[in-house]
Amino acid sequence: MIANTKHQTVLSAIEANQHLEGAMLPILHQIQHDLGHIPSEHVIDIAQALNVSRAEVHGVISFYHSFTTSPKGKHVIEVCRAESCQAKGGRAIEAAVKAKLGIDFEQTTDDGEITLEPVYCLGNCGCSPAVKINSDVYGRVTTDSVENLIDGLLTGQH
Amino acid sequence: MTIKVFIPQDSSAISVGANQVAAKLSEQTGIDLIRNGSRGLFWLEPMIEIETDAGRVAYGPVTVNDIEPLLEQGLLAGEQRHPLCLGLTEEIPFLKNQQRLTFERAGVIDPASLDDYKAHSGYQGLERALTMSSQACVDEVKGSGLRGRGGAAFPTGIKWQTVHDVPGEKKYIVCNADEGDSGTFADRLQMEADPFGLIEGMTIAAIAVGADQGYIYLREEYPHAHAMLNNAIDSAIAANLLGENILDSGKTFNLEVRLGAKSYICGEETALLESLEGKRGVVRAKPPLPAIEGLFGKPTVVNNVLSLSTIPTIFAKGAEYYASFGMGRSRGTMPFQLAGNLKQTGLVELAFGITLNGLLNDFGGGSATDKPLRAVQCGGPLGTYLPESQWGIQMDYEALAGIGGVLGHGGVVAFDTSVDMSEQASFSMEFCAEESCGKCTPCRVGAIRGVETIEKVRNDDDRDANLVLLNSLCNTMESGSLCAMGGMTPFPVKSALEHFSEDFYQPAGSTKSGEQS
Repeated sequence: MIANTKHQTVLSAIEANQHLEGAMLPILHQIQHDLGHIPSEHVIDIAQALNVSRAEVHGVISFYHSFTTSPKGKHVIEVCRAESCQAKGGRAIEAAVKAKLGIDFEQTTDDGEITLEPVYCLGNCGCSPAVKINSDVYGRVTTDSVENLIDGLLTGQH
Repeated sequence: MTIKVFIPQDSSAISVGANQVAAKLSEQTGIDLIRNGSRGLFWLEPMIEIETDAGRVAYGPVTVNDIEPLLEQGLLAGEQRHPLCLGLTEEIPFLKNQQRLTFERAGVIDPASLDDYKAHSGYQGLERALTMSSQACVDEVKGSGLRGRGGAAFPTGIKWQTVHDVPGEKKYIVCNADEGDSGTFADRLQMEADPFGLIEGMTIAAIAVGADQGYIYLREEYPHAHAMLNNAIDSAIAANLLGENILDSGKTFNLEVRLGAKSYICGEETALLESLEGKRGVVRAKPPLPAIEGLFGKPTVVNNVLSLSTIPTIFAKGAEYYASFGMGRSRGTMPFQLAGNLKQTGLVELAFGITLNGLLNDFGGGSATDKPLRAVQCGGPLGTYLPESQWGIQMDYEALAGIGGVLGHGGVVAFDTSVDMSEQASFSMEFCAEESCGKCTPCRVGAIRGVETIEKVRNDDDRDANLVLLNSLCNTMESGSLCAMGGMTPFPVKSALEHFSEDFYQPAGSTKSGEQS
């Protein structure tokens, strides 16, 4: 049942975008957005719709950081690693978040709650250091404020 | 008179609480707030402005808890007693001392309102362009001296001329809005604060070169800009400023926003085109130039957000006006972005020629910590680190290039004395390894070897021999890579080695930042 729904989501993403010039990224974005990942078993549908090989679709998915073939955690925390944030204590934020969650970048907590990812600039350099939690960017964070934000996530207050 | 209250919906302002401040103020007063873009005075965000007879009065940085005391002290009347009051916005020195052409409307207007845009000389440029021949439009841009603000600084008019001269039914205008350089945010600020400016600029470009389709390739990290651009495109279509037969001129130009997918290399124009075509963002060899064989093999103008957003001003006020700013071959103004460890961070648009010291101290207010500044990276992650002895440099393309530096997209990231430059050099290589498209070996493999070699240097593992190796590796990457990613990653590394060599000779296993934490 769930598989069918997944398949339908993939098919509707294809249908909605197939007519566009360079439809590949719009299709992948919509699937990633709707399902939280791009199921490998449905790559063939995208390939057929765009008249390319499965290898080509896989090549595109694996090239871009935005696309994943397995689901992420319920929440995604991105910590900016780029220079402006580094200049304002970003490395300490990075270390504090990793310690708090007990995971490294590109990992998900055992309970499946939180995935931690690095990000290279959120364009928020006027308010460094910055982190992004799900769709919200937080500027001028401190190790304390980030820990509080994570506590809020875990207790459902976010 | 209705009270006009402005609170930015700029994503940086939101990241420090602008939405909560707006909600609280709305709840307390029942006033319909105007959600403008940011003026780019980011250390003061969230910044509230109130319109008064004397001009707009600013308050900031405001937190939710400040709202009640501010209201009690006459916020809505523009009373200036509260300590958060900054006086008249236009008189804040950071803003007053700028020369805003590209960013003339940023933070002033409601970015969602086409009427407001038009009331601030919006679409005057397009109207003028429609009375001119396509060649005259191209000449106007040439005459302005505008050079690509994305970083490569190629003369915009020459690029347009090439596309103009290539015969062909189908041509494209592509806006590079994949602003991946760390320490830069001017594109984002512009798109969120003045989206019609970009749209008008692209429309003029289309008329000049004979294109009928445009794409804005926007990085996925900018969802607010995405929403703002889509809203503005819809309004422009409804007003016959986009689509078929624009303002009854017989010209057609359709415009669409496409999202990137978190890949730094897609800011390189040929990788960007590959990505727009739905492929891996792998850099193309040049020639052919994108101007001749670009998107889907058709002649394509690829310009940065700031270059295109400057076009309306050039057409409204004339090429000569724009070219009257600047120095040498760097004409017009440059939007510098002050980031990192400075007291006053934000956007500074000025004629080329201000010194780096002027930016860091007169505008930036110096270090934000109690430690002095030590290193400044100009021009993004591929830019050199400049030591204090070089901060007297005048900020223009040629002057910076003369000392091996890069102006790039105008990012200026300042570090205080706690920075460990060997760590920064290592990060430059790490970033290149992470973001390399993989097409050419010096970049793909060189970056990984670079990380390893710097690690050995830092661990005092045959240090001197590895420093020689590192220099040689940098030279290989510089001369053997296809694009700027591999070709310029050595810039920050070599500058760190040259100007901050003491950081590479620390006892094994210690880092300055590590010692602090």
